[in-house]
Amino acid sequence: MFRSERARNLLYQVLLIAAVVGIGWYLISNTLHNLETRQIKVGFDFLSREAGFEIAEKPIEYGPADSYARALMVGLSNTLVVAALGIVLATLLGTLIGVARLSSNWLLARLASIYVEVMRNVPLLLQLFVWYGLFTELLPSVQEAIKLGDWLFISQRGFRFAWPAEHVAWTAAAWALPVGIALALLWRAWCKRTQAATGRQLPTGFGMVALIAGLPLLAWALLGAPTKMEIPELTGFDYQGGKVLSPEFSALLIGLTTYTAAFIAEVVRAGINSVDRGQGEAAMALGLSPGQRLRLITLPQALRVIIPPMTSQYLNLTKNSSLAVAIGYPDLVAVANTTMNQTGQAIEAIAILMAVYLSISLAISLFMNWYNSRMRLAQR
Amino acid sequence: MNRTWLRSLVLASALAVPALTPLPASAGTTLDAIKQRGQLRCGVNTGLLGFSAPDAQGKWAGLDVDFCRAVAAVVLGDANKVQYVPTNAQNRFTTLQSGEVDMLSRNTTWTSSRDATMGSVFAGTLFYDGQGFMVKKASKITKAAQLNGATICVQPGTTTELNLTDYFRSKKMSFKPVVIAELNQIEQAFFSGRCDVYTTDRSGLAASRLKAPNKDDYLILPEAISKEPLGPMIRRGDWDFFNTVRWTLFGLIEAEEYGVTSANVDKLKAESKEPPIQRLVGTSGDVGKGMGFDNDWLVRVIKSVGNYGEIYSRNIGPLGLERDQNALWKDDGLMYAPPIR
Repeated sequence: MFRSERARNLLYQVLLIAAVVGIGWYLISNTLHNLETRQIKVGFDFLSREAGFEIAEKPIEYGPADSYARALMVGLSNTLVVAALGIVLATLLGTLIGVARLSSNWLLARLASIYVEVMRNVPLLLQLFVWYGLFTELLPSVQEAIKLGDWLFISQRGFRFAWPAEHVAWTAAAWALPVGIALALLWRAWCKRTQAATGRQLPTGFGMVALIAGLPLLAWALLGAPTKMEIPELTGFDYQGGKVLSPEFSALLIGLTTYTAAFIAEVVRAGINSVDRGQGEAAMALGLSPGQRLRLITLPQALRVIIPPMTSQYLNLTKNSSLAVAIGYPDLVAVANTTMNQTGQAIEAIAILMAVYLSISLAISLFMNWYNSRMRLAQR
Repeated sequence: MNRTWLRSLVLASALAVPALTPLPASAGTTLDAIKQRGQLRCGVNTGLLGFSAPDAQGKWAGLDVDFCRAVAAVVLGDANKVQYVPTNAQNRFTTLQSGEVDMLSRNTTWTSSRDATMGSVFAGTLFYDGQGFMVKKASKITKAAQLNGATICVQPGTTTELNLTDYFRSKKMSFKPVVIAELNQIEQAFFSGRCDVYTTDRSGLAASRLKAPNKDDYLILPEAISKEPLGPMIRRGDWDFFNTVRWTLFGLIEAEEYGVTSANVDKLKAESKEPPIQRLVGTSGDVGKGMGFDNDWLVRVIKSVGNYGEIYSRNIGPLGLERDQNALWKDDGLMYAPPIR
């Protein structure tokens, strides 16, 4: 039996599987046994119990009488909001800084380099503390808030701004926006097809702007064109009315964005550098402007190299948002920690956290891989 | 033989082997573990003055710290053989559940769910407290009823958080929470003005106020909106250690009741003829031996940390809090120990 190589391979694999399963079995049975001696219940029943605590920021409806499951949903929505906004803003800022670092303007390039080196090398947690400290210590108290006219109030309680009062026209306009964007993309595809088939150029840009801006505007106008705004007023302890960006949210968003932008800048720079110099020179020889060169020749080729590391940066940003627990932003980890403490169900809560972060990361990876395969140039 | 069949047979037997392994035996008791290690691992706060806080040289001091020292004196004979593990409000229970610490002496409130569902039990009450509010004097707030709409700093995963929500719900008032886990940070958020109010146990408010840049600017409101009996926690199922910790606590209170102090304990051991004191210091009876220790157990404790009154005045005195509920039952307080005999 030991002479045949195939038999030996099979034996090694069997031993490895036995070892892995054995270790897993030992860990699980040991844990269950310990939980039983300490009389800690195992199971997810605690999720339907009343939570009993208040959460500061709630994108969805929540009150202390709701269940732990609902509280965790609120935490999850907070995480998703910060992660989504962070990804968008970090990409924009990072791309700008990456391109700036390659600029022929010496000062701009050096400033971008300094930014990247500083932001990459200071731990994110410290950066978050700095931003949070800035917002709570340097900004004035609510009574002495900085007022910009009647519509923006800046204090250590956050950035409070006036917001249109509740009206069906605004809701309709909000729904019309994604519809407008979808139609604009369809219009652009149609224009490209027409140009490829017949050579006729349709007004692409104008049409897109008309759809994206015009459709919501039309919805708003048709349903009454309301102009009433909700102005924040100082009553008692704090301003009421309008919408507010709390210092916790702002510090987390700005901290995550500036930190991840430094990494994205390097990824973009690497991608642009990977494009053959000859391409740029050929573009110049053909008479393309620097802007056109970047947009039509360099970036499409650079994107092939940029997208995989960019996926990692997006995943990092999503997971780094869990540092919110240090500055008081109620993200998923913060709410799960509180739940763990109040119910004693540490293992179930951590399992939920791991499952959720795994799902979010897989979703982001899936989307980026699909985008990557679309961007792939046909093999020469 | 068919290759696939052989492969599946071998795989199945490989998977069956772990299922036949017997369950691992349970670990030894906590007392054995402590004696073997030679050190008591105590979970304490990260820096609450008066309860458990490191001083500038890194030496720990406080009411909870002194209690840990008392337990170490009983179990190991030396009050200094303690390792202090700082825990914040969010990870304290998991450090106890997982076995990282032997006991939690960390100003934790005794509640039914913590006795029943956390895999731990309370060994008694070391300090009777209540939850209160602290505000800036400049805000002109004098009663809790004026706090509608306020922004309130609170630590997550505490009874404070739950009581606060209950209080505001029952009074039909609303508030905005600012929830930060680290003690230093939440004190900073309150002192900088991020929140209008700071809420925790009233002893914690007094301790935090000592760290304020200007102590006289702050006012602790008179209301105590809840009962907060603070006490040591140990893991469930460990009866011997439970008795040790519980009777150490009662021993401290009994010592104060009978006037045994760190100054006179040696003299009383040598000379006292009163039966209750003789039983406490171990010259008569077999109290210590009955619990698994020697008869000098309480003498060691009193010599190293003093009786309850001494511990209180040394640690809580500087916070400016009177004995009130924490006085002996003879002095109209709640400190009552069952007889040691």
